[in-house]
Amino acid sequence: MKPAPFAYHRPGSREEVDQLLAQLGSEAKILAGGQSLIPILNMRLAAFGHLVDLNHLAGEPAEPAVAGDELVVGPLVRQAAALESALVAERAPVVSQALRHVAHPAIRSRGTVVGSVLHGDPAAELPAAVALLAGSVRARSRRGTRPIPAARLWTGALENTLAEDEWVDELRLPVRQPDDGFAFEEFARRSGDYAICGVAARVRAADGELKAAVAYLGMGGLGQVHALQPMAAEEIDGPGLRSALTEAVAELDPGDDLHASARYRRWLALELGLSCVRRAAERALK
Amino acid sequence: MSVRVRSELQRVTLTVNGAAHELEVEPRWLLSDVLRHQLGLTGTHVGCEHGVCGCCTVLADGRPARSCLMFALQAEGLEIQTVEGLASADGTLHPLQEAFRRHHGLQCGFCTPGFLIAALPFYRTAEGMSDQELREALAGQLCRCTGYAGILQAVRAASRIEGERSQA
Ligand SMILES: Cc1cc2nc3c(=O)[nH]c(=O)nc-3n(C[C@H](O)[C@H](O)[C@H](O)COP(=O)(O)OP(=O)(O)OC[C@H]3O[C@@H](n4cnc5c(N)ncnc54)[C@H](O)[C@@H]3O)c2cc1C
Ligand code: FES
Ligand code: FES
Repeated sequence: MKPAPFAYHRPGSREEVDQLLAQLGSEAKILAGGQSLIPILNMRLAAFGHLVDLNHLAGEPAEPAVAGDELVVGPLVRQAAALESALVAERAPVVSQALRHVAHPAIRSRGTVVGSVLHGDPAAELPAAVALLAGSVRARSRRGTRPIPAARLWTGALENTLAEDEWVDELRLPVRQPDDGFAFEEFARRSGDYAICGVAARVRAADGELKAAVAYLGMGGLGQVHALQPMAAEEIDGPGLRSALTEAVAELDPGDDLHASARYRRWLALELGLSCVRRAAERALK
Repeated sequence: MSVRVRSELQRVTLTVNGAAHELEVEPRWLLSDVLRHQLGLTGTHVGCEHGVCGCCTVLADGRPARSCLMFALQAEGLEIQTVEGLASADGTLHPLQEAFRRHHGLQCGFCTPGFLIAALPFYRTAEGMSDQELREALAGQLCRCTGYAGILQAVRAASRIEGERSQA
């Protein structure tokens, strides 16, 4: 199908975007990579009077950069650029690991990292990675800027806490510490599909103990991180990890759908979680 | 608030296969439709219009992109390459096309333009890729006919065909 008619705006600067959103209010929609928004428009699941296209903003960085102890990702950093970035692989490895599962080359070449985070699909990889890292976005409008931490960014599937006149000009992710190990695993029907279930894990080695945290995707929620009780390295391979993850999975509320039952999803979450945390632990101890 | 309808035509210059075209388009027109209906470049196929099938894949500044997920207005300033840009003016097939022909990389051919374009950026290194890598690189393209085996063989063979030609 074809999109309903709209007016097209091509701002050249961040300030112009602020201006347009202030002027147009609820009729305006930000267009970034378009890889989620345009399918929605094509299928007429939604229609907007005005699209504000970010793709011609002048001077926007094409690649992530490090500022202090954070990785900074601008609104036009494509998923392909982040996946190819050695900086991301070194400083935020879970983002590279997650990106390998996001769609296909022809989607990642246009789709942006920030767009995927704001789109907020509960089965998407990047929101889980951003939640695990306790990242934040910088919301901006003519009224000023404010940080929104991942824990408060999403209110549900495809819903975020941006005000009508706000948009995001930056994603910030704390860079890895020397004793951090990360891993990402998912199960999807085909390579590049949204996950039926996925897990992002961080294990931090400190004082002879391992502190693990996991974030799930495809399991209903968005933005939740489950911190496990600190464990001795031996427990990672023993029953300790299984019982900690069983508790974490019990907090999840996945639904039944065409692709998988809730019961199957919980089983996947537990099994993928086990191998994911173990792999992250190996990397933390190396 | 009610959504206002805007369908005024806007001027745009598109660069496709090296040639610049001055056009008037509605903002909502997809690049895939403008290529096909305004420029007559019907080699770019349209299967799903939501990014899944890959038939409409073109190169935008050398990178594969879905032309059904881009408005024609957005292609301004990008170098767009479609399947029509592959064969030479005298009709000689591109080595990748020749490889598809030799290795049964197509049956009905509906998916073929998308596969050719998706493989174009990397076919020269395909011989050294593992099956897994090659499958992943092409996983965004769907084919209902071939079962993919011929397509993988073809993509692997293309650089050899190119080599044979340059020696001839
Ligand atoms: C076939 C196919 C398969 C896919 N598979 C996957 C997959 O496996 N995993 C996955 O995670 N994703 C997948 N995607 C989605 C893809 O990753 C999208 O690129 C991503 O979800 C949205 O990013 P975008 O830049 O394209 O945003 P757009 O589509 O342009 O926008 C998405 C939403 O975010 C808003 N937005 C974007 N940028 C900003 C900003 N800077 N400030 C405020 N709001 C903003 C838009 O208004 C819109 O509501 C797939 C898409 C397709 C077509
Ligand atoms: S028509 Fe564009 S991907 Fe199917
Ligand atoms: S050859 Fe028929 S769809 Fe691929």
